[in-house]
Amino acid sequence: MALQVKDLRVYYRTLRGDVQALDGATFTLADGEIMGLAGESGCGKSTLGKSLIRLDARMRLVGGSVELDGDILPIGDDEAMRPLRFTKVSLIPQYAMSALNPTRKIGKLIAELLRSRGFDYGRFRPELIRRLELVGLGREVLDNYPIELSGGMKQRVVMVLSTLLDPGLLIADELTSALDVSTQRAVAEALVEFRDRRFVGSIIVITHDISLVYQIADTIMVMYAGKLAEKAPAETIVTAPRHPYTQLLLSSLPEVGVRYSDRKLTGIPGRPPTLLKPPGGCRFRDRCPLAYDKCREEPPFTEVAADHLVACWKAM
Amino acid sequence: MLTLDGVGKTYRTGAFGGRELTAVRDVSFTVASGEVVSLIGESGSGKTALGRMILRLVDVTQGSITYDGVDISRLRGRGLKEYRRRVQGVFQDPFSCFNPIFKADRVLSIIRDEFFPGLRAEQWRQRMDGALAGVRLDPAAVLDKYPHQLSGGQLQRMLIARAVLLDIGLLVADEIISMLDASTRIDVLNLLGELKAQGLSVLFITHDLSLGHYISDRTVILRRGEVVEQGATGEVFANPQNPYTRTLLASVPQLHERWAAQ
Repeated sequence: MALQVKDLRVYYRTLRGDVQALDGATFTLADGEIMGLAGESGCGKSTLGKSLIRLDARMRLVGGSVELDGDILPIGDDEAMRPLRFTKVSLIPQYAMSALNPTRKIGKLIAELLRSRGFDYGRFRPELIRRLELVGLGREVLDNYPIELSGGMKQRVVMVLSTLLDPGLLIADELTSALDVSTQRAVAEALVEFRDRRFVGSIIVITHDISLVYQIADTIMVMYAGKLAEKAPAETIVTAPRHPYTQLLLSSLPEVGVRYSDRKLTGIPGRPPTLLKPPGGCRFRDRCPLAYDKCREEPPFTEVAADHLVACWKAM
Repeated sequence: MLTLDGVGKTYRTGAFGGRELTAVRDVSFTVASGEVVSLIGESGSGKTALGRMILRLVDVTQGSITYDGVDISRLRGRGLKEYRRRVQGVFQDPFSCFNPIFKADRVLSIIRDEFFPGLRAEQWRQRMDGALAGVRLDPAAVLDKYPHQLSGGQLQRMLIARAVLLDIGLLVADEIISMLDASTRIDVLNLLGELKAQGLSVLFITHDLSLGHYISDRTVILRRGEVVEQGATGEVFANPQNPYTRTLLASVPQLHERWAAQ
């Protein structure tokens, strides 16, 4: 197992108390696995992704441990994490446009970044050019300013840059949501290519678009209100989900082929609970059509079939 | 009903307006009454520029837009106000359409001050309740609340209610559900279907092909400011004529079906 996360709890400090954005996440990620992390806004998916690389000032590590390739990842210790970022754990942020310094040419930006980590740019340059060509960018982009590149090109530059040191774990936060459909596909496929060529170990793709992540992910994990709801191979999540939330979420997605006049889709009534003082028991209880008395107790996140984990009393 | 004839839009850019940027070029299509037409295109294809021209938020450079036989670029004063009574827009980000300092229902009372100054409180209340019921909102749940107390779906529906309060014939819906969560976006989309059943025309502007396919009767596909394909939605999606439409359709991620190798 490349990544092992045990009972990870990260809360946000606010004046009104702690917001329990990530409340007890336990999962593993195999070597070379691409995991899609899906859920609605505010379900804690970005918190989980961010906590694996950098806790910002408002985030507080409450408990849990993370192990990457056999070593403990000191996520609560900002200083100890510093040498591991970019080398062991890397991130592709949602807006590549704002990730690149607009006043530097791409080549200079990469050189400065490598130097700051004690690496020699000259030695990495041939590999850098090879990887840029792999994603369809010529070496001339190194002499371009970010403003001269399109959104898709910038996203690919950031992708090459973040994975240049062959990190064991890559976190891609909403990698494609700011892109058009055709560029979206090119970027998503490049990500799989990088995994196949072993440029990165495992990848966590954070997204709200299940249809997109289904195209590239090996497994999909669904979160709801700060807790894990279901994790299974991508095919299983899409064809035979066990958690009622996953089922409802999937049935509310319009696809090409479904028309309002033929088949009317329905959403999930209600809204997620506030995470400031979340209710006990199953957090989906109030919106769940299957809820019964037992749901007042918290369901454990357990394996119901091979590689299929669900947190629901009805699914056991 | 709404007819666009050879519409074009050129913006002046550069420090002294020296350069020109053509955002929309020779676009013609019609929206009949009780019809949902989706306008699909990637970023920079001019779809929002078209929406803004139809709403008279920006002027048309070439061609003409007519609504019920009247050229809208000639409308001034009272005529323009009448046009706004008939044609309204709802935009992408419901959170930034509300002033956080005021209660959310202020967007509705502005309509009253502007368009129905003589209406008695009783009648106004009835009208408002009708509009809110039309967008399936419980008045008790949304009135007298601040924007941060409401969800994105509720705010977006409130903006649709604001448009419906006027006797509109055409709603320009510019990416109205792209900021909403998957579980609520379909409800807002179904709402458009219900309004359509009541005779409202909708111009549904989107970059998401599956959403456009789900709701619309006709589809117009834009690329770099030009129409590349238009026709009945089923026809365009099942049998695309233009190579660009075909690539676009092949790139849409689908559930249950992986991308075919290119």
